[in-house]
Amino acid sequence: MIDLELTVNGELARVRVEPGARLLDVLRGPLGLPGTKEGCGNGECGACTVLVAGRPVCACLTPAAEVEGLEVLTVEGLVGPGGDLSAVQRAFVEGGGVQCGFCTPGMVMSVHALLERNPDPTPEDVREALTGNLCRCTGYAQIVESALLAARKRREAREGGDRA
Amino acid sequence: MRDTTWIGRDLPRPDAADKVAGRAAYIHDLSRPGMLWGKVKFSEHASARIVHIDTSRARRLPGVRAVITGDDTPEIRIGFLRDNVALKRGRVRQQRDEIAAVAAIDPDVAAEAIELIRVEYEPLPAVFDPEQALHPDAPLVHDRDASGRPVTSNLLPVSVRHVSGDLAAGERAARYVAEGEFSTPLIQQSCLGTAGCIAEFDLRGNLTLWAKTQIPFLAQRDFVKALEAMGLEGRNARVIVPALGGAFGTGLDTHCYEYIAMLLAHRTGRPVKMLYTREEEFAFLSPRQSARTRIVQGCDAEGRLTFRRIDVLQDNGAYTSWGATYPTVMLIPATSLYKVANVWFDARIVYTNNTYAQAMRGYGNPEVTWPIERTLDDLARQAGIDPLELRLRNVNEPGETTPMGLEVTTCGLRECFDFAREKLDWAKKRGQQRGARRGVGVAALVHVGGSGRIYRSDGGGVILKLDDFGNVNVSYGGVEMGQGLHAALTSAVAEALGVTPERVHVNPTDTATCPWDVGTHASRGAFIACNAAIRAAAKARTKLFALAAELFAPEVARNLEAHQRRNPGYEPPNFDVGAACAAGRFQLASGVVTLEGAPAEPWLRLELARLLRAGHFRGVAGQMIVEEAFYEPPSTLPDWSEGVGNMSACYAYGVQGFEVEVDDETGEVTILHAVSAHDVGRVLHPQALRGQVQGGLAQGIGYALYEEVRTHEGRVLNPSFTDYKIPTAHELAFPVDVHFVETDDPAGPFGAKGVGEPGLVPTAPALASAIEDAVGVRIADLPMTQEKIVRALREQRAPRGS
Repeated sequence: MIDLELTVNGELARVRVEPGARLLDVLRGPLGLPGTKEGCGNGECGACTVLVAGRPVCACLTPAAEVEGLEVLTVEGLVGPGGDLSAVQRAFVEGGGVQCGFCTPGMVMSVHALLERNPDPTPEDVREALTGNLCRCTGYAQIVESALLAARKRREAREGGDRA
Repeated sequence: MRDTTWIGRDLPRPDAADKVAGRAAYIHDLSRPGMLWGKVKFSEHASARIVHIDTSRARRLPGVRAVITGDDTPEIRIGFLRDNVALKRGRVRQQRDEIAAVAAIDPDVAAEAIELIRVEYEPLPAVFDPEQALHPDAPLVHDRDASGRPVTSNLLPVSVRHVSGDLAAGERAARYVAEGEFSTPLIQQSCLGTAGCIAEFDLRGNLTLWAKTQIPFLAQRDFVKALEAMGLEGRNARVIVPALGGAFGTGLDTHCYEYIAMLLAHRTGRPVKMLYTREEEFAFLSPRQSARTRIVQGCDAEGRLTFRRIDVLQDNGAYTSWGATYPTVMLIPATSLYKVANVWFDARIVYTNNTYAQAMRGYGNPEVTWPIERTLDDLARQAGIDPLELRLRNVNEPGETTPMGLEVTTCGLRECFDFAREKLDWAKKRGQQRGARRGVGVAALVHVGGSGRIYRSDGGGVILKLDDFGNVNVSYGGVEMGQGLHAALTSAVAEALGVTPERVHVNPTDTATCPWDVGTHASRGAFIACNAAIRAAAKARTKLFALAAELFAPEVARNLEAHQRRNPGYEPPNFDVGAACAAGRFQLASGVVTLEGAPAEPWLRLELARLLRAGHFRGVAGQMIVEEAFYEPPSTLPDWSEGVGNMSACYAYGVQGFEVEVDDETGEVTILHAVSAHDVGRVLHPQALRGQVQGGLAQGIGYALYEEVRTHEGRVLNPSFTDYKIPTAHELAFPVDVHFVETDDPAGPFGAKGVGEPGLVPTAPALASAIEDAVGVRIADLPMTQEKIVRALREQRAPRGS
């Protein structure tokens, strides 16, 4: 077993885990953050997408030991105090980007990462950014619309000085 | 159509906020105190005698709490024909047969224990091809049926036939005849959330099962029977449905893993969770049925259909699921897609040693719409009639009774074609773009729109429980699996009862609290739930207005006093509240009770919550408002041997069309534009509806172009998303024109029809027609992979014999 100090959603936590423990299991297990989903365990579906130092990664392929000292952001970390949803999350609710919801946390994280680096993406940019995230319910149309809506919301919020 | 306040509006889906925040609890996220993890040992042969199972090493592994086999547990028979048992004894019939199972303190120990189980087999002859399985000398997959009677053939004793009119006369009347053999493959439903359950017994022997199911009440019935087999007669099985990570038909049967979890939970006295990995889901969860279809149909010189004959051979695999009732739905397009008078339909379902199959979205309909639509293009070519025009000459219309006896109350098929023709620029493009290797194509569908009766009861109930605060708690026994059922139900309750949607709360599905429902299939969820809700709301309003007759006048009198205290000198308008109450002229809208014709004075209205509390807190006359309504749709259970009966309360129609470009070197199909027009009766929730149509379209594209569970001697060869490709966002980057035709069906809630499945149904033939228009190749066997298209193009360039 090894001891790790992880920074997840801006909070520090110490965990004792197997040396090869997957970030996914550490998040869902000892850290009590089940929002990150396991859809394949093989890096194929993107349901477990989280951000490590701002970059989207599959938590199922990422050893927890590798993220020590790096900022990890999960879908729970986008929710503000009092359950205040982020612009991307609100856009998914408004834009109908949610059906069964199992891929949604991963989709939300991929879109969040995209908008952090490209605040004004084209639909093609969005589709490119979501290529690693599978969805079986929506046909992606309303997910792409939600992502573009999120970009608009964030730009408007920035112009208005609100929380994005 | 009646005016509505909430119906037809994009209210936020009630489940969406939790889902985007990662708060929705799927089976993956659930845990119970003291819970163990179960795992199954699957067969390594498709057909073999089990000589010996050695579980001794698994039993000795620290952390293992139970190891069970068919030899040391009661036999639990399951399946549509009860031909499957939860844990196999002595014999395996498919690669995925459950031989043993373990319960352990964590999933890793359980997986390790499974590896330690040794099984000695004696291989037996097997049959994997459904045609060969029908040979008299083919090995029998089952030599006895569920009652122990010997059987002599691999043919299932499930017969669905239809003969109407005079086939020979129809053949004589045909000027042109098109025929062919077509096939559709095994498809993995590919839910993003894999299968799983938790089974737990209380100390009185009652079971609770958290199940990823679409049929909580039929599952309850199955589980109660299993309890009886375990010696637990008279005990209850309670089924609770967590958030489902997709279903698409996988939840229409109960599964061996659920019974194995029950056995392990009973053996250990502890809750047991089973959760499939992705690889297990691909290899060990039943895929969509594959089918081979032979079709002949003909038309007269004007292109009017004169007859149609369809023979289906369906590969059942080794055991029988509800998917064996696919032919009951195949009858709908076979007899009723376009007007055709003389029809023959016959379906044979055959046991093989392949993985046993189950249902998926469309339920037999796409399997038969595929050959019908493909041969219509052939007829159009022969007759020299534009293929869209030929379809319009045979288009279904309201008022029609089809050969199956389907009563077409409303039908917007013609309008759907008109939309597709315009949006695809059909007149300019069809047959005009061969040089650019571009083409357009369309195909239509008919499906049940008012549920589909394949069980004695096709109904469902809704309970509305109003509380002291004006909240409406809704219990419905069907399942939200992502399609937006709870969104539609919320809008319907708000509309029908007269409250705001924020006050409507749909409870989780639980057999202990919800009224019976046959299950969420046949695109029936919103149709049934909203119809039941309308009826329950009407009962609740009657009770509320009876309360109001007594309580409205005294309550508003108090309002008036308060109003006058705040506004000295206020004189109320001349309106006789008592007389209006006595006449029962109450209205309830947005959670406020008013009197019809009353002046809009602020005191002359009563919040629903106050009326409810006034009704509750009045001593011995105290009363709560809880209303239930069970809705049974006006349809009939068809006689399957005749293939006749009006199985749905109404029918959904639609047309899909595509423009494609085909690379004649690589065979790659690029979709440039899609059109999807549907007769939906009435739009309940535009966003959820678009989501259903676009999601179905995407699944249809995978089905058409590349999805296929590949097997060798029953073993799945592509058990991963790398090897079994489903559509990604990148591939679906083309514009889709979605259009809804509102025909306001009299049976529909607010006029709406069920629309969960149609998006998938006509996609493959529409794409095939566009591909044929682009490069002239015709492919009969789905999926139309690049390899098949390249091969067909080569054959086209170098015809046989040259």
